[in-house]
Formats: sequence, structure tokens, C-alpha cells
Amino acid sequence: MSETVNIIVDGIEAEVPKGLTVVDAAKMVDVDIPVFCHHPKLEPVGMCRMCLVDIGMPMFDRETREPVMDDDGTQKINWGRGMQTGCTVRVADGMNVRTNTEGVLDARNTVIEFLLTSHPLDCPICDKGGECPLQNLTMAHGLGDSHFPFDQKMKNDKHVPLGDLIALDRERCIQCARCVRFQDEVVDDPVLGFHNRGRKLEIITYSDPGFDSYWSGNTTDICPVGALTTNDFRFGARPWELRPVASISPHGPEGENITMSTRQEAKSGGRVVIKRIMPRQNEQVNEIWISDRTRFGHHFADADGRLMTPMVRKNGELQAASWDEALSLVADKFKAAGSNAAGLSGDRMSNEDLFAFQDMMRNTVGTNNIDLANGRIAGGDVTAQVGVGTGTNLADMGAGDAVIVFASDLHEEAPIWWLRVKQAAQRGAKVFTFNVRETRLDAVAAETTLYKPGDAIDTARALLNALNVSDQKAKDGVGAIASAIADAENVVAFYGFEGLTYEETDSLSRILANVLLVNGNVGKANNGLIAVWPHNNTQGAWDMGIHPAFGPGYKALDKAGKSAADIYESGADALYVMGADPVGDGLMNGRKNVGFMVVQELFMNATAELADVVLPAQSWAERDGTFTNGERRIQLYYPAIAPMGKSKADWQIIGMLNEKMGGDKPKMAASLVFKKAIAAGVAQYKGMDYRSLAQVEKQFPDVGGADLYYGGNSYENKHGMGQQWASAAESGEVTSLDIPDAKSSKVSGIATIRTAALYTNGSLLQHSELLEPRMATPRIMINEADANGIATGDEVQVRVNGETMTLQAYVNGVAPQGVALLNGVPHVAGVIDAEITKG
Amino acid sequence: MAHVILRHRDVENIKELDVYVKNGGYEGLKKALSMTPEEVVNEIKAAGIRGRGGAGFPAGIKWSFMPKGDGQKYIVINNDESETGTFKDREILEGNPHQVIEGALIAAYAVGADMVYCYWRGEYMDAAYPAEKAIKDAYKAGYLGKNILGSGFDCDYHNHFGAGAYICGEETALLNSLMGNLGQPWSKPPFPAQAGAYDKPTVVNNVETLANVPPTMVNGADWYANLGTDQSNGVKIVCMSGHVARPGNYEVEMGKVTYRELIYGDEYCQGMRDGKEFKALLPSGGSGPVVLPDALDGNVSFEGLNDYGSMMGSASVIVMDEDTDMVWAALKMTHFFKHESCGKCTPCREGTFWLEKTLHRIMEGHGTEEDIKTLDRVAHSMQGKCLCALGEFAVSPVIGTLKHFRSEYVAKVRQAEAVPAD
Repeated sequence: MSETVNIIVDGIEAEVPKGLTVVDAAKMVDVDIPVFCHHPKLEPVGMCRMCLVDIGMPMFDRETREPVMDDDGTQKINWGRGMQTGCTVRVADGMNVRTNTEGVLDARNTVIEFLLTSHPLDCPICDKGGECPLQNLTMAHGLGDSHFPFDQKMKNDKHVPLGDLIALDRERCIQCARCVRFQDEVVDDPVLGFHNRGRKLEIITYSDPGFDSYWSGNTTDICPVGALTTNDFRFGARPWELRPVASISPHGPEGENITMSTRQEAKSGGRVVIKRIMPRQNEQVNEIWISDRTRFGHHFADADGRLMTPMVRKNGELQAASWDEALSLVADKFKAAGSNAAGLSGDRMSNEDLFAFQDMMRNTVGTNNIDLANGRIAGGDVTAQVGVGTGTNLADMGAGDAVIVFASDLHEEAPIWWLRVKQAAQRGAKVFTFNVRETRLDAVAAETTLYKPGDAIDTARALLNALNVSDQKAKDGVGAIASAIADAENVVAFYGFEGLTYEETDSLSRILANVLLVNGNVGKANNGLIAVWPHNNTQGAWDMGIHPAFGPGYKALDKAGKSAADIYESGADALYVMGADPVGDGLMNGRKNVGFMVVQELFMNATAELADVVLPAQSWAERDGTFTNGERRIQLYYPAIAPMGKSKADWQIIGMLNEKMGGDKPKMAASLVFKKAIAAGVAQYKGMDYRSLAQVEKQFPDVGGADLYYGGNSYENKHGMGQQWASAAESGEVTSLDIPDAKSSKVSGIATIRTAALYTNGSLLQHSELLEPRMATPRIMINEADANGIATGDEVQVRVNGETMTLQAYVNGVAPQGVALLNGVPHVAGVIDAEITKG
Repeated sequence: MAHVILRHRDVENIKELDVYVKNGGYEGLKKALSMTPEEVVNEIKAAGIRGRGGAGFPAGIKWSFMPKGDGQKYIVINNDESETGTFKDREILEGNPHQVIEGALIAAYAVGADMVYCYWRGEYMDAAYPAEKAIKDAYKAGYLGKNILGSGFDCDYHNHFGAGAYICGEETALLNSLMGNLGQPWSKPPFPAQAGAYDKPTVVNNVETLANVPPTMVNGADWYANLGTDQSNGVKIVCMSGHVARPGNYEVEMGKVTYRELIYGDEYCQGMRDGKEFKALLPSGGSGPVVLPDALDGNVSFEGLNDYGSMMGSASVIVMDEDTDMVWAALKMTHFFKHESCGKCTPCREGTFWLEKTLHRIMEGHGTEEDIKTLDRVAHSMQGKCLCALGEFAVSPVIGTLKHFRSEYVAKVRQAEAVPAD
């Protein structure tokens, strides 16, 4: 809050931030001015007319500019010629607002009465019923009576599919345009619009497929009636039957705060099931928005095929076993393997799981052969040094600031960051994108640098060199970008791994760290580095020490263990795979040289098929825990549904096994793992516990609160906004980082790289049938100049790393010349020389 | 007196550029170009040209709201002429197009715009093709384009068609339509002078308003200010329609002619059609309240009907004789507003619908006294609550007829006889 103004609302004097609308300012002093079309995250339009109030300004004499006084000695108020919409008028000093005059109350009556004449009042069968602003405001401000014949009410289509995710009930729509404006203003996917006019005004979608946007579900949240519903939840349950559970998205690195709405169902065998996912307000992280991946991608939690019981291989077959039998066998094998054992983990697990895993492997089994099973991007140790400062909020960035996005397509990889960086650019921040090809963010970028595949490191080095040569201000190219970065007040740099090898990402992270260090853009809010991790808790995995060379808290080990690549190459006497599928991902070729293998998983994946013991883990929905997002915010999630079968939380399994091998007794709760083990063993997490992570603060705008008009839009955050841990730079310890030479993966032929897609058919999303039509199909995009007779739609064989994939070709102007882009295929690191043949 | 605006009635073929120039055409522009833009704005301010689209906002003051300095700015000519009973702008652009082009150019020069868009209502397509010729000729002769008349002033001019919507006469809806958006008004602020077409400062002026500009530049502000009354300077074109013997456009000096003279005067409408008795008239189409015979003594000026509870508006006078069924008339006009409501704001979208439905019921002979109260109520529910003037004006036919002809409504609901609705 910088500048403030003094206003009076219904006699209450208040000091409020300048520029607020009257509606939002009144809310700050707990005066509710009802609205339908207005939303504090959207530009005001003043079309529903529900917020009409009397607005007056103090009178001044036109000639003398002296205040005009009333008989009682107070300054006269000019109340204007009529009521004004509180949502479009911005507060001004001395403004006087009356929200409870006869005229205002009458206006509300009439607007409600009008709205209800073209609304079906089918509340008993409406998904919004119970959390509906129209219903709420009708109860509060409606007459309870209508002057119009009911049989002349509006009749309209009740089921109009706007694409396959969202259904529109035209009868219920009150033409507030919140959905249209959200798509236009907020997410820049202008695929909805109004058609026709007058009472025939109706919402249509322009896109093919309909409502083509990664954000479509958000319109169902902000719809003030039941006009827009998701096909996931439509007719699924009544809102009052639902129990809200605070959670964190299990998908991207942004750590979207969500609420899972659950209920117990007889038809689900008496189980508590997740009925829908909605945003939970966290203005620091995702505000009140979530991507459709997070909203619809929860079905894996209670999908058929979940592992229900431990299994042990007997006579060549995996057979159900007791926990005791399975764990005893695992304990014996790992104890025996000792330093020749190895542990590989996924990066979707909670911090508690990951800490317990490495603790057991290191301290009970006795090995440092610990790594991420599918580590695609390095630099956790770098973000620990120069990661964004605590208090960073991308929503605070704007004019005068700069954002670098290197080798990442944020729109596909981390859509919340794409949205917030785009909005920062719209507020005036300069965004500089660097990639092999054009990405969606380029549309708002101040400058886009396209480099040749394999040239990422050289390009980043050129930027660093240009920054170091501060007296030579170049007018274009990297030099100009360097001077813009040097001039910026705050700088945040994102880096990803598109077209890069693991080693290249390590170099890139260090170069960008040095770029930020040149002008001190580290160690403070809204400055620093962010890795665009592939998963929700890759950051946590680094923090917990899932690394052959680092222990928890990035403590360098005396003797590094084997990396995942080494383990895949040379094997291990006993291999523990937790929440990963190296065989299915094509990283591990069968289980050669692996003496004994245990897989701890949700589903029977390709690796588990080959295992000696398979242990059923719980999904994030069944237990509590913490994830650390890419901005290093540790966030707490809570159990929403009952455990499947005999499954247990990963940290529990590890704890029981650890005890069997002679280690400590398992902790009683995830919160104790966090408090006793993590907060004690990871320096950066010191002093934190589930109580501190559960703390909340008042958020503005207040859209999840108790009022009657934003209710149903988003859930109020009552269960924790998380805590960021401080990077080393915040205590001023960081000097320039050494940059190891990374072997460039340049090729001579058509340089082929993999690009990310938000909806990729993996173990999590494949259970969300709704997303199936939008799933990225395996394809290769080729430049026209390289097509060599291949046309869009052709089937081509692509040989990658010795394996042949059959892909559909697209010659659509997306791939630059000399580059081919793989999409919808498993991870491929760096640039490869792919052989592309037709037929 | 020779016409000031409808000069084609005095000078044959003045729509041709050479005839227009021979008769003093583009002299106003030349004079403007010899002055500073600020001086031009001050001249128009001093002349007191008020907007002819209906609201009567002083054009010079509107121009002075435009930000000074460089940057893209636009002049938009409002030729959406859609008010019921209005047909003056069409005649001006058909008969005397260069005077409008010249007026727009002077406006562009005064505010620093280099682009003029003339927004035509979609139904005027056939009138617009000849108007294209005037633009081409003006380009050829150097009145449009680069370095106009060697002054260094550049200005382009384009015709643009609406798709046939009354609401697009409202300036913000017009601008939305011009930009290719849905023709819906926006809540002001921002005013067009702050952020209009393509978010750039824009002046939107009515065709007739701009046609007043060239003669004012030629003859000076004093000449113009001396025409008319204190509050209403200059001349006004009155569109006479309805039950009169000789309907049409008449150019009158403001404040000098009463409505009685307009109807009965020999130089005007020459009496009622078929010698019928006068019953009522709508001085500003459907948008202004209906007035009774006493208002015939009011004169044509912005203030001339103040004492009679109505207003001149765009001066589209619809005259009704003794045979007119006022409930039917109210229904016709209400149907128009319902049909034209853009649907953006609740009171207008829903209110016009229910006014029409209720009037229809009364006309069909199924009305009750309760329905008359409903009309009162709906009109009250719309008044002062709509986003733009369309909704505010849409209640006018109902409120006006209920005020003066309530007995006709009462008779209808009491007779409960079916009268076929037209």
C-alpha cells in the first residue's frame, strides 16, 4: 500500500489504498456492496448494476476553490445526479459513499428481480447451489416475489458443451462476462465471447477444440451462477456434502495451493472420494488460479490398478505378501548389500519420504549411492546459493524489473509461472526469453533470443560477458539485453532444460547465477534464480539430499556415491526404487547387474514388473506431507481420502524397514519426521514445523471469505501459506560461482530436441479420462526446409538413441530450420541426431 | 435565408468537389490551417457549436479534452443515425458530403489527429457508395492524404460500416464496433478523449455537428454565435415525420421557429395529414418524452421544450394525429428499444423485454390494471440504473404516455377487448 486516501463509507471513516474501486475499498471496512460482474482480479465493467451506491464528493466553490459549508458547519457533499456503480468508480480523497439508502436498497431489489426473470431458479439440481452468489444475494437482497408471469421467463439451452471440459447452461447465465474477461484479460486465451444481443446475448466459444485453454476450469470458479460447470464435477455432488481439504498440487513446480472437495460415497464402497479440485487462495503462489492439469489430474489417486498389498516374487511370480514378510526380505538384502546397495527416488515424493529414504540408505544401509531416478535438470545446489530471496512474489514485479527465461517453455512446463511472468510483463517488466524455438511467452517478451541447438551455454556466457563489460553499452543483441538487465531494479532468472543435457543445465544454472551476481540481484525479494523443475518436489529432493554428492541441506559428502547413470550402467547388489520407473522411462535397460530390486509405487509400472519386492505406497491424497516449490516455499498438504488397501505412506514404509535393519523406531507422524528429522537435519529448514507452515495471513483481495458475492470462487486459505527458506545469498555469503565446461551436444544433421507438453500421458494424467482428447500425441515437428517430402500428417520413423519411434509429422512453421521438435514422447536429454524416415 | 448545412438545396450538385470549391468549399479548412490548432479549438468554443447528436455537448470543449502533443489520435464521425425518425445526417452526406469531410479535417487539425473514421450505420450502404466518390475526389485534389494543401498536415479518411445496431450511436459502443468488437458501450471513464479507438484519444462528433464547422471557420465565431439563442447557437436540421402533410428535413435557426410553425407553416410541413387534429408529438424520436398541444408553442432549441417536460434531442420530430392509439405507439417504440438493447446491463436487457411483453398483453386486450402498475414499476426499475443512455431513454415512451394518456391504458384494460397488435 503506497498512497492512501481517506473516505467515508456509511459513516465509517477509512484510510484505503488509492486506486481501489469503491466496492473493494468498502470491503476493507467490512461494508459489503454486492456485485455480480465485478471481480477484483478483473477490470471493472459495471454491467450487472448490482453495486449501485450513492457516491458523493465534498463541494468546493467553483470560483474560489473554498469548501462550501453546510449550516451545521460541515462541508457540503455533492451527491451527483444519481447512483453510480461502486465497481467502476475509484476511491478519491474525501469521497463519501452511502450503501444503505432507500434508493440503493431498491436498486438491488430490482436488479435481482430482473436477473431472476431470465434465470431458471433450478437451484435444487444446480452444482452451484449452496455456494452460489446469485442464490446468496437473492436471499440477502431479493424481494421474494416477482411481478412477472412465470411462463414468460427465459427458456434456453441447458447443456451446451464448451469443449469437452466445460459445460454451459445458457439459462442460468446472467451475462456478467466474468468468464469472457478472465480468458481475455488474465490468461490471454480469448476463446470465449458474446454472441447476439439483448436478451439473446449468449456465451459462445470461438476455438476448435472448444474452449481451448489450459485455464478453462477457473471460469467455473468465478462464474457467479451455475452456468459454467466442469464435466468432472457436473452433477457429481452438492457443495454442502463436501468436506474441503487443503492440499498442494502434485503436478508442477509452482506448488499451486488447492482444496480437494471430498465426500463419502456408498457407490464408491463407502470410501471417501475426491469430487473436485479447486484453488485455495495464496497470493504469493497461485493467487486464485490453477491450471486444468491440476484441476482435472487427480484421478490417479483413486484409480483402478493402484497397488493394494505388498508383493514378493516367488517362483518367478509376484505374489501378495504381508508387510512383515516383504520388509524382512528387503531388510536382509539391503543389510547384506551395504555400501553396494543403491537408492533411486522420484521427485514427486514428499520431503518426509525423501529425507527418510536418504537417511535410511546413508545411515542404516551405509551407502551414498543415492540419486534421482530421472534427474533431468541440475542446479539445486545453485538455487541454494542464489535462489529467489524470501518474500519474492512475482505479482510484485513490474515496470523497472527484468525476468530472464532460459531454455524453458513456461506455458507448458509451469503454467502458473507463465501467467505471472506474463502479467509482470504487462505491468511493465522486461522479459527476455532464450530458447531454440519460439515459445508462448515471447509474445510479451521485450526480446527473444533464438540460439542454435547446442549453443545455449555459449549464449548464456555471452550474456554474462556482456554484463561484465559494463562500459560498452551495445545497442542490440545480447549486449543490449545485458544493459537492460544491468538497469533493472529487480531481476529473476528462470532456467529449464529444453534441449539441454543434465551437465549443460548445471553450467547454465551457474552462468545465470553469475549473471545475477554481477549487479547484486540475489539475496533479496524478487531477485534470484528459479529452476523450472519437472515435478512438484524436485526442489525438495535436492534439499533433502537425494544426490550422490550432497547430504541433506547441500552438505558436501566426503566420498560421493554413484549417480543414477552409473547405477544404470554398473548395477548394484540391491536397488531400491521409490516412486520412479527407470525401466519404463527407458533409462534402465532391464535389471542387468542388479542383484535384488525393490520398487515402492502407486502402480505396477515397468520397473515394478521386474522387481523382487513391490511395496504399495500412498498417493499424496491419502496422507499428509510437505512439498517445496521452485520458489523454495515449503507447503503443507493434508490427508483427504482413506488409504487404498494396505498401502502406507512412503516415509512409514521406510521407517518400518529402517527399524528392521536396526535403525531407529519409525516416527509416529509425518509432522514428527518433519520436526525431529528434517528441521534438525536440513539447516535451511531449521525452526520450521507443521504449525509454522500452517500459518496464514490476511490476503488481499479477499475472495474466499465469508461475504456473499465472491463465495464459491475460491477457498479461503485457512490451512497454511507455507514458508520460504532463505538462500545463502541472503546472508551475503555468495561470490561468483565456478562454471564447469559442459560438453555441448551439437549434431551435424537435423538437431532434434524434446519439448514439453502440459498434458503428457504419464502415470498421473493417464487416469484423467477428460484430458485424454487433449493429451499431447507423439509427434515430430519439422521445418519446411528440412521436410524432404514429408508433409503434415505423415507417419515417420524417428530413430532416437538407437530406438525407433513412430510419430506423426507436422510441418507447421513451429520448428526453426535445421531443428526438429519431439512432443508427447518420454524424456530425451540434450540435442540428438535423429534419423527421420517416412513411412 | 440560404441554407447553412443543407446547401445542396440552394446550390445544384454541391456534392461534386469542383462545385463545392467554387462555392467557397474548403475555405474553412484553409483558414484553419493558417491558424494554430489551439486557435481553431478556441474559435469553435467561442462559436458555441453544441453537439447535434442529441446531447448538445459543446464541440469545442470536447475537442479541448484531447491531450496535447504528439501521439496517435482519431476523429470519428458518428453517422450511425438510428434514432427513430432521424434522417438528417444521411441527407447531409448524400447532398453535401464535402462539408462534413471539411469539418472533420478541421477537427483533426485542431486536436492533432491524422485519421478520420466515418462510422456509417449498416443500413446506409447504398448512400455510402456515392460518398466514397467524395473521399476519392478529396484525396485527388489534395484535401486528404499527405501534406494537405501544402501545410504539412496529414490526414486520412475512411468509411466504416456498422452492422445495423441502434446502440452503436452511443459513442463507446460505436468505438467498440469500429474496432471489430461486439457493439456494446463501456462504462465511462475512460472517456474517448482519454482512451477511445484502439485505446487512443478520440473525438466522436455527429455528422451535423461537423457540418457546422466549415461555415463557422469561414464566417467567424461571432457570426455563428449570433445565430440562434444564448444557449443554442446556429442552425438545426429538424426531421419532421409522422402525420404531417409534408414530412422531411427542415433547416431552421435555433430558437426562432416553434413546433406549431413547423407543422402548420407554409415553408415547413403545411399542416396535418388529411386535415386531422394534432394529438401529440415526440420531439426527439423514441428517446424523448411525448408532448401535448401546449408544447407547440415551444421553439426548436436545446432549451425550447424545458417548460414542457421534454427536449429537442436530435430534433427528430414524430407528429401524431387524433387517431393515434398511444398504447400502440408506446408498444412500437418499446419494441424498438427491446430489439436494440445490447444486453450488456441488466436493467435494460431485462426491463425492455418486460415493458414490451406487458404492453403487448395490454394491446391484445388481456391486460389488467396490475399490468399498468407493472409498467410503472419496470420503468422505475430502469431509470437511473442503466449503463448507458439507451436504457435510460427506453423508458421514455412508457413514462411519457402513462403520464399524459393513462386513460387510454385504463380504457384498454377495462374494455379487455382484443385489439390486433400491428
